[in-house]
Amino acid sequence: MFRKLFSFKGGIKPDTYKAVSTREPIGIAPLPSTLIVPLHQHAGGRAIPRVRAGDRVLKGQCIGEADGWISSAVHAPASGKVLAVENRMAAHPSGLPTLSVVIEPDGLDEWACLHPLRYQALSPEKTRECLRDAGIVGLGGAAFPTHAKLSAAKQTAMEAIVINGAECEPFMTCDDMLMRERAEGIVSGAAFFRELLDPKKVLIGIEDNKPEAIAAMSEAAKRFGSDFEVIAIPARYPAGGAKQLIRALTGKEIPASRRSPEMGVQCFNVGTAYSAWRFITFGEPLVSRIVTLTGNVENARNWETRIGTPFREFVALGHPGHDTNGFLMGGPMMGFEIPGMDAPVVKSSNCVIAAATSLFPPPPAEMPCIRCGSCAEACPHELQPFELYRFARVKNFDRAREFALDECIECGCCAYVCPSRIPLVQYFRFAKSGVQARLREKEKAESARSRVERRKAREARAKAEKAERLAAGAQASGMDASKKTAVQAAIERARQDRETIQAGNANDAETGDRYDEGQPR
Amino acid sequence: MLTVIFPMTLGAAALGAMLGWASVRFRVDGSPLIDEIENALPQTQCGQCGFPGCRAYAEAIENGARIDLCPPGGEAGARRLADLLGRDPPAPGMEEPSPQAAVIDEQRCIGCTLCIQACPVDAIVGAAKQLHTVVGTLCTGCELCVPPCPMECIQMKAVTENIDNWAWKYPVFGIRRVN
Amino acid sequence: MTRKPAIDTTKGSRVEMTEKFHRNEEQNKPDRPELPGSSATGFISPPYLSRNASVRRVMVQVLAALLPGIVVYAALIGPAIVLQLSIASVTALLAEAAMLKLRGRALFPFLTDGSALVTAWLIALTFPPIAPWWLTVIGVLMAIVITKHLYGGLGQNPFNPAMAGFAACLVSFPALMSQWPSVTAPAHFIDQAAAIFGGARSLDALTSATPLDALKTALRLAGPGATVSAALADTNIYGYVAGRAWEWVAAAYLLGGLWLAGRKIIRWHAPAGFLSGLALISAACWLSDPERFASPLFHVFSGGALLGAFFIVTDPVSGCISGKGKFIFGFSAGILAYIIRVFGGYPDGVAFAVLILNLCAPLIDALTRPPIFGMKKK
Repeated sequence: MFRKLFSFKGGIKPDTYKAVSTREPIGIAPLPSTLIVPLHQHAGGRAIPRVRAGDRVLKGQCIGEADGWISSAVHAPASGKVLAVENRMAAHPSGLPTLSVVIEPDGLDEWACLHPLRYQALSPEKTRECLRDAGIVGLGGAAFPTHAKLSAAKQTAMEAIVINGAECEPFMTCDDMLMRERAEGIVSGAAFFRELLDPKKVLIGIEDNKPEAIAAMSEAAKRFGSDFEVIAIPARYPAGGAKQLIRALTGKEIPASRRSPEMGVQCFNVGTAYSAWRFITFGEPLVSRIVTLTGNVENARNWETRIGTPFREFVALGHPGHDTNGFLMGGPMMGFEIPGMDAPVVKSSNCVIAAATSLFPPPPAEMPCIRCGSCAEACPHELQPFELYRFARVKNFDRAREFALDECIECGCCAYVCPSRIPLVQYFRFAKSGVQARLREKEKAESARSRVERRKAREARAKAEKAERLAAGAQASGMDASKKTAVQAAIERARQDRETIQAGNANDAETGDRYDEGQPR
Repeated sequence: MLTVIFPMTLGAAALGAMLGWASVRFRVDGSPLIDEIENALPQTQCGQCGFPGCRAYAEAIENGARIDLCPPGGEAGARRLADLLGRDPPAPGMEEPSPQAAVIDEQRCIGCTLCIQACPVDAIVGAAKQLHTVVGTLCTGCELCVPPCPMECIQMKAVTENIDNWAWKYPVFGIRRVN
Repeated sequence: MTRKPAIDTTKGSRVEMTEKFHRNEEQNKPDRPELPGSSATGFISPPYLSRNASVRRVMVQVLAALLPGIVVYAALIGPAIVLQLSIASVTALLAEAAMLKLRGRALFPFLTDGSALVTAWLIALTFPPIAPWWLTVIGVLMAIVITKHLYGGLGQNPFNPAMAGFAACLVSFPALMSQWPSVTAPAHFIDQAAAIFGGARSLDALTSATPLDALKTALRLAGPGATVSAALADTNIYGYVAGRAWEWVAAAYLLGGLWLAGRKIIRWHAPAGFLSGLALISAACWLSDPERFASPLFHVFSGGALLGAFFIVTDPVSGCISGKGKFIFGFSAGILAYIIRVFGGYPDGVAFAVLILNLCAPLIDALTRPPIFGMKKK
C-alpha cells in the first residue's frame, strides 16, 4: 500500500551493532539470589510500600501502591520473603539510594491469584485504574505510567495511535526480538489501547533495518484489517524518539509545551503494548521485561528478566570480557553508566551494554566550539545546540531557554557529530537541572514569603483580639471602683514597662546589637 | 516679544497641569520595585543581612543598601539583584550558599515552644509540652530557632543530595593548564 | 515519657539506614570512581558513540584542498610561494604557541589542531609571493595574535584572521602589497627568494600588475575612450577568461573547493552565495555596458574570488550558521567584493567584503534562525 511518509530533519546514522544480539531467541533469565525492587521506577509519585520485612510475598503481589494519579504500582517479581524495605542504590546515573523492597526468592515462583481484565465490562476510568495498579508503564525508557496516556483530549478527536517499534538506538534489540517472537501479543495490546482511545488508525512504525520484525508484525496485524498499518521507516537515529516517530508517520510536530493527545496522536512502545496485553489476558502485572545484554560480552542475547534482578547477576549471563570497564544501561546514545553492580534491573532498563575501550574509545579533551553548525544540522528538533551550549556554559539559563532549551530531547545527535567533542548533552542536562532547581527555589521562597505574611497577619490579629477581650472583660465584670482603679493602674504600669522595653529594642535594632546577638555565626 | 513669551508660558502651564494631573491620576501606591527586589531574595528570613527579614532588606536595598549582604542568596542572588537594579555586579568571591535545615533532637526537646515562636516561616510544628519537629521541606535554614532553644537541641544540618533533588553536574573536564 | 520508645525506633532506623548506605558505598567503590565527572569508561555523559570528527581532521582536509591551487601557483606564477608558505606556517605556529602559553592554555591540542596553519596558508596565498619576508610575518602576527588570540582564541574571533591580516598589511604597505610577479616570464626561484629576503627592491623586472589592477588602471588612465575589450587584448596579462596563469590557479582552487564541499567539510551555501552574488552583479553591469565592465566569468576567475568563495567565506567561526544565513553572507560578500573591486580604490575587494560581512554575521544569524520543531508557522 502506498503511504506518504513524512520525515524529520537532522538525525544521524551510527553503526547499529544490532545483529549480534538477535542470533538467539529471547532467553528466560534464571531466578536471581535476591531481588531489589525500587518503589520509584516510573515518572511521577513514588509508590507507597505495602509490605514489611519478614512478610512472604507471592509473585505478582502488589508491594507498592500507586501514590496519586501519575504514579504506578510495583509488584513482587517472584514469590519469597521480604528481607527489608530500605534504601538501596538506584539504577540512576547518580547512584543515590532509593527506597526499595528487597526480596529473597523461595524458588517456588508461586503466582498470586490473577484475574484477566474484562475491560469490556468496565468503565474506561476503572480500566485505567486497573492498569495503574498493574504497574504498566512505558517500557521504551521513560517509564511514564501508561494509564495516564490512555485518555484522549476532550477537544481533539484521536486520529492515530502510534506503536513505536522503531528502536533506533544502536546495540538495542529488545523490541526487535519481541516483535519477531510475540507480535500477536503486541498487536492485541495495541487493539486494547485502541478501544480506550478510539483513534481512526493504529500506525506501527518499525525501522526498515528489521525486516523480520516487519514481516511478523504485518502478519499479526492482518487480523485487524486496514485500520492497522505496519510502516517501515528509514533507519535513522532518533527515528524511535516519540516525537520523531509521530512526525515521520503523521506529519505532526509536537512541541514540548503540548501533550500529544491534544494534537490527536498518542505513542506507545511495543513492549508496553505487549505487557498491557499480558495484563488484560492473564492478569499478570508488570514483573519482568525483555532486556538486551550486549556489547563486550561473549553471549549477546535478549533475556526476559525480572524487575529487581541485580545487574551483577544479570550481566553474568553474557560472560562480559575481561577488558570490560563499565556497563551502560540504555543505548549508547542516551543511556548512562550503571553506578554500581548492586543496582537492579528496573522497568526502564531496556538494554545493558558491557563497555570496553575498543567499543567506546574515551573522548579526547573538549575543544572550543568553532561554530561549524554540524550540531544544528544533526539536531532532530531543529534547535541551535551551539547557541544553547554558549549560554549553558556560562550558566545563563534564561538565555538558553530563549533558544528553546526545553525542547531538547537529549538524543545526543549534536554531541555525536561535534568535531570539538564537546559533551553537549551534559551541558544541556546541567542547564535543565539548573532551571529546575531555580524553579524549586522560587517556589520555596514564594511559599516561605506567604507563610511570613500570614504569620504577621495572625500575630496582629491575635494582639487585637487579646486587647479587645481584655477591654470587654473589664467592662463586663461588675468590679467595684477600687478594684477597677487598681487594675487600671496595673495596666498602666504594664504599658509603661512595655514602652520602655520597646524603646530599648528599637535602639538595639538601630545599632544592630540585636542581630549581632542573635547570630550564631 | 510678548508674542513669544505668551505662548511659551501657556504651553508650560498646560504641560505642568498635565503632569500634575497625571501624578494624581496614575499614582502608584508603594513601590513595585520593592516587591520585585523581594522576589529576588531567597526568603530565608534569617536576618543575616542585618535587616529584620527579607522584606526589610528589600526596602533597604531600594533606599540604597548594598546588594551583597545576603549569604543565602550567594553570588547568584546578588547578581540577580544587580541585573534588576542596574547596579554593578557583586565582587566575585562571595561564598556559595550551602542549603541547610534545622533538625530537632527529639530526645532532648522539652516542648517549650520557644523555637516555634522564633521561626519566621512557620516551619516548626508542636504544642506546649509536646515534641516539636521541623518540617524539612518548609525550613529555610535561617538558624533563628537555634539560639532560643533552652536545651540546645536544635542543630543545623546541610541538605544533602538525594535522588529527587539530584542535578546533573557541570561538565568538568576540559582544557586545563598544563604546567 | 510516653513518647520515648517511639523516638528510639526512629533514631535506630535512621542510624541503620545511613550505615547501610555507607556499606553500599564501600562495596561499590571499585565500580564507581570518586572523582565527579570521571567514570570508569572515561565518559561523563552520553552519547558514548561518536562520528569521530575532530577539528584537526577538518583543518587537515582544508589544507589538502588548498594543495592543487598551491601546485599550480608554484608552477605558473612563482615557486617562491613555497617559501612564503613556510615562513607563514612557522610564524603562525610560533605565534600560536606563544599566545597559548601567555593565555595559560594547553599547547598540544591547539597547536596540532591545524587552524593556525590554515590561517597561515591563506595569508601566504593572498600576499604577493615576492613580498618581503617580514611583511608576511606581520600579516601572520596580525592574524594570529591580534585577530585570533586577543579575541579569545580558536572559535572566538569575530573576524576572519587571514583576511584581517591581509587587510591590515594592504592598508599599511600598499606599495609592497601590489608588487606581483610577472606571469609572462616567471622569475627563477633564486630571484624571487632574493626579493623575499631583502637586498635590492628594484624589482621592476620581476613584477607586473595583477589582471584586476591592470584593468582598473587601463580603464582609468585611458580615459573615456577606453574599453574592456581593448584592455583585455594585452595577452601578456590576460588569458582565456581572466588573468593569464591566474585563471588556472583559480580553477585549481575551484577544484579543491568542490572536493571539500563533496566531503561535506564545507557546505555549499556560502560559496554558492558568494559566486552567485559576484556573478549576478557583474553580469548586470556587463550587460548594461560590456565596454566598461568586464564579464562575470572574468570576475569569478580573477583575484581572490574562488579562493575566497571556498576557503574564506566558508570560515565557520566568523561566518553564519544556518544554510540561509550562509547564503546571505556569501551573496552579500560577493556583491560587496564586486563593488569594491570595480568602484572602490583597491584592486580586489574580497578581503574587505568578508570583514564587513563578519560584522554583520551575528545579525544575519539572528534574522535567519531556523524555526524549531513543533513551533513552525503553518
